[in-house]
Amino acid sequence: MLTQVGPRERRKERLDRGLKVRTEGIYALSSGKEALYLLAPRLTLILGLLVLPLLMPNLYWQRVICIMGVFALLSLAFDFLANYVGLICLGGALFMGVGGYIAGILNSLFGMPLVVTIPAATVTGAVFSTVLLSPCFPLRGIYFAIVTLMYPLAASRIIEALDIFGGTEGMAGLDTLPNIWFASYSIIPVLLVSLFALRRLVTEDIGLVLRGLKDNDQAAKASGISITRYKAYSTFIASAIGCFSGAYLAHLYGWAGISLFALDFSILPIAASVIGGMGTLVGPVLGAFILIPLTELLRELGTLRIVLYSLLLAGFIVFKPEGLMTYAQRKYHQFEHWVEV
Amino acid sequence: MAEEVLLQVRNATKSFGGVRAVVDVSLSLSEGEILGIIGPNGSGKTTLVNLITGFVKPDSGEVLFRGKRITGLQPHKIANLGITRTFQIMRPYHSLSAFKNLIVPLYSPRVHQTTGGKLGDRDAVAIDILEEIGFERDAYVPYKIASSLPLGYLKRLEVARCIAMRPEIIICDEIFSGLSMAEIATMVPLLEKLQMQGTTIMMIEHRLRELFRLVNRVIVMNFGEKLAEGIPEEVMEKPDVREAYLGTEVDNVRD
Repeated sequence: MLTQVGPRERRKERLDRGLKVRTEGIYALSSGKEALYLLAPRLTLILGLLVLPLLMPNLYWQRVICIMGVFALLSLAFDFLANYVGLICLGGALFMGVGGYIAGILNSLFGMPLVVTIPAATVTGAVFSTVLLSPCFPLRGIYFAIVTLMYPLAASRIIEALDIFGGTEGMAGLDTLPNIWFASYSIIPVLLVSLFALRRLVTEDIGLVLRGLKDNDQAAKASGISITRYKAYSTFIASAIGCFSGAYLAHLYGWAGISLFALDFSILPIAASVIGGMGTLVGPVLGAFILIPLTELLRELGTLRIVLYSLLLAGFIVFKPEGLMTYAQRKYHQFEHWVEV
Repeated sequence: MAEEVLLQVRNATKSFGGVRAVVDVSLSLSEGEILGIIGPNGSGKTTLVNLITGFVKPDSGEVLFRGKRITGLQPHKIANLGITRTFQIMRPYHSLSAFKNLIVPLYSPRVHQTTGGKLGDRDAVAIDILEEIGFERDAYVPYKIASSLPLGYLKRLEVARCIAMRPEIIICDEIFSGLSMAEIATMVPLLEKLQMQGTTIMMIEHRLRELFRLVNRVIVMNFGEKLAEGIPEEVMEKPDVREAYLGTEVDNVRD
C-alpha cells in the first residue's frame, strides 16, 4: 500500500492452512486427522442431505424437500455452465419443460412406466435441448442467455396456440411416484451423484478444457479445440440434469403442463447461485436449499414475500457478493489474524 | 536454401469496412526458416496472422499449407494441422494455474494423433514444457494462477501453449514487446532451439535488433501492402522502408 498509514493501522492477514499445497485441488495428507479435515465437510453434506427427509414433520414438508432437490439440480446445472464453461444459460425452464413433456408424452400416450420415462426423458430431452441451443454456441455472453430464455416462452405459447399435448390443461393423470419416501430418496442421491460428478469433471483434463473455453475461447481455438463441440458436450450434461428434474417433477405431480416452462425455473437458479456462491457448485445447491424453504415459510405473507425475497437477494449482492460457500470455504481453509502495519 | 515451401499466402486481401487492412499480400514460408514480419503500427501484420490462422476470412486470395488450400477452415482445424500462433494481447486461461493452461492444447486432437494417444500424464508433460521455456522447475511459478503471473511469464506461456501443440509452424505475434533485455535474452535461444528441432517460425516484431539476430529473411509491411522482402540488412537500407519506419528525414538519422 502506498498511502501513509497511521501508527495504529491494522490489516487482516490470511494464511493457508498447511494442508493446501501450491495450487487448488492438491493436498498433502499425512494423517487420519488431516484426511478428516477434508472429509468432514463432504460427509456433513452427504449425511445431511440423506437425513433431511427423515427430519421433516409432515408430508407437505417432505414434498418441499423434493422441490428443493429439483431446484438444487437446476442451480447446479446453471453454475456449471455459467462458471465453468462460460455459457450464461437461462435454460432451466426449457430443460424442465422438455424433460417434463417428454416424460408426459411417453407415459400418457405410449403407456410407458416411469422407470422408463424418466431416463428416456433425461437422454432424449438433453439431445433435443442441445440441438435447440446449438445455433448459439458460436456466440458469447448474453446472446446465449437471450436464446435460452426465448425457447421456453415460445414453447408455452406454441402449446397454447396449437392446443397440442393437452394445451393449456396439460397432461394430467400421469403415473405418480409410488410414495413420498421413494420420491425424496430418488432425487437426493441423483443430486449428490451429479454434484460430486461435476466437481470431479471440472478438475479432470476435459474440465480444464471447458474452463479454458470460459476464460478465453480465442486461445482455445488457437489450441485446436473445437469450441462448438465442447459447448455441446457441456450443454448436454447440464440439460440432462435439467430434463431429469423436469421428468421427475412431472411424475411427482402426475401432471405435465405449460407451467413447467415457467421462468421461475430459469431465474431461481441464478438467485440460488448468488446466495450460495458462484462457481463453487455446492454453493448453488445450498442456495436452493435455503431459498425454497424460505419461499414456503413466507407463503403466508402473500405477495409481500416477493419483497422480502428481493431484499434478501439485494442484501447478499451488496454485503456478501461472494456467496455463502465461498465465504465458508475461506474461513475453513485459512487462518486469519490481525497484524499491525 | 531450397527447402520445401511449407506455407504460402497468395494475393490475400482483407478490408474492414473502408479500411484496407491487408492488400494483395503474397508470401511463402520454407520449412525450417525463421521469417520476420515488420512494419509500423496498423500496417496489417496481425490481420495477416489472423488470415493465416483462420480467425479472419480473406476477402480474396488464398492460404496454402503443404500445397493444400486452408483458406476458410475454422481456426481450430488450422491449429490441428500444426499452424499455431501466440496472441499479441496475451490470452491466458486466467483462472487456471500456469501449467494447467497447457492442458488445453495437450488435449487437442493434434497432440492425440502425433503421440498416438500415448502422451501419458498431461500434467507432467505440461511441467516439462514450462521448464523448457524457462519456468523454474519445482518453484511456485508453474503452479501460480495465470492471472497473477508477471508479463514475462505470460509471454512465455503463450509460446509454451504453441509448443504443447507440437506444431510445424509457430507464428509469434510480438512476443518481445514489453519484455526487458534480460527476458528477451532468454527467449532468443529458445526460439533458436525450436528452429533447430525443425519448427518453422514466423515472427512479427517491433524489436528489430533482437529480431534480426534470429531471422533469415524479413518482410516489411506498410498500409497493408508488402513493401519489401529480403535479407534484413539489405531491406533496411531501402529508402522506402526507412521512410515507412523512421519517417522522411532519413538523412538526419545516425546510428
